[in-house]
Amino acid sequence: MDEGLRSELRKQGILTTTLEELYNWGRKNSVWPLGFGLACCAIEMIATSMARWDLARFGAEVFRPSPRQADLMIVAGTVTKKMAPQVVRLYNQMPEPKYVIAMGACAISGGPFKQGYNVLKGIDRYIPVDVHIPGCPPRPEALLHAFMTLQRQIDEQALTGAARPRHLHADAPSEFNVPEYGAHDLEPSSNAEVWRPPSVGEEGALAKTA
Amino acid sequence: MNNVEAAKGYHLMTGSNPYLLIILLIAGALVFALTPLAIAWIWSRKFSPPKPGATKNAIYECGLESKGDAWIQFKSEYYLYAIMFLIFDVEAVFLLPFAVAFGGLPVGGAIAMMVFVLLLVEGLAWAWQKGVLKWG
Repeated sequence: MDEGLRSELRKQGILTTTLEELYNWGRKNSVWPLGFGLACCAIEMIATSMARWDLARFGAEVFRPSPRQADLMIVAGTVTKKMAPQVVRLYNQMPEPKYVIAMGACAISGGPFKQGYNVLKGIDRYIPVDVHIPGCPPRPEALLHAFMTLQRQIDEQALTGAARPRHLHADAPSEFNVPEYGAHDLEPSSNAEVWRPPSVGEEGALAKTA
Repeated sequence: MNNVEAAKGYHLMTGSNPYLLIILLIAGALVFALTPLAIAWIWSRKFSPPKPGATKNAIYECGLESKGDAWIQFKSEYYLYAIMFLIFDVEAVFLLPFAVAFGGLPVGGAIAMMVFVLLLVEGLAWAWQKGVLKWG
């Protein structure tokens, strides 16, 4: 429908919608997060779900103890290399459509432990992340902002056409590779399907050498 | 409108069978309950297709790999615990009304109750002699 006509109708008190919008509106207001925290960011996540910040206002207070009932994974905290396979496995066990918020400096990049031998330098090396939140730890307001960003993303998801989400592509894989413990590092050290090393300096120079 | 006319109108509405209205209500209730389920099912077939996989179908759901089988067997010796529980549990259930009504109970009732309690005591004696009451 034409946007101009739509806003004109809206002014006359006539609300128009599509099935897709209705569906996304329902979906974005009932996101069930997986109840799982990895480090100190989880404390902020818990605070967000409690009375003072009240994540329930966004319909997302139902933290599920099982990945099979969850839509959203909030990776709250440091992902150690020992923990990474479990995180990926949990993500794989969640039903589609599913979303990931990487919360805090550790989850997005390794944070203050980036130089550590046992810390994964960002969970986006293995699973697709929808919203990144910086901060150490991010305040509950930051998580709420990330959540509202995710709601906007869900709202804009088209159900048909080439831009439809992954789970509606019949040939797209439903699971992501679970890394294994190698002699010195996780193997593989990242999933090329979801993450490519950022190129430094000349465009593509690193990609050539890698 | 008096009652006779109202009854006539009711009969006109439901036809000859007085149960027709109930059948109609049941049909309406079924449609009301099943339509949303059907719509949700059709919608999920189209926009939320199942995507099973090895990890997704694993029995364990805490992120660790499943080890062994979910179909483990319990020891059959647990029947001893069940019997012991039954002796004391059933006895307590019957002893309470027995104690409340004890004052006004005829001799026959008291004897029947004693037989019942002695039967249970026999079960306890059997378990005792079998060594079930020894723990650890």
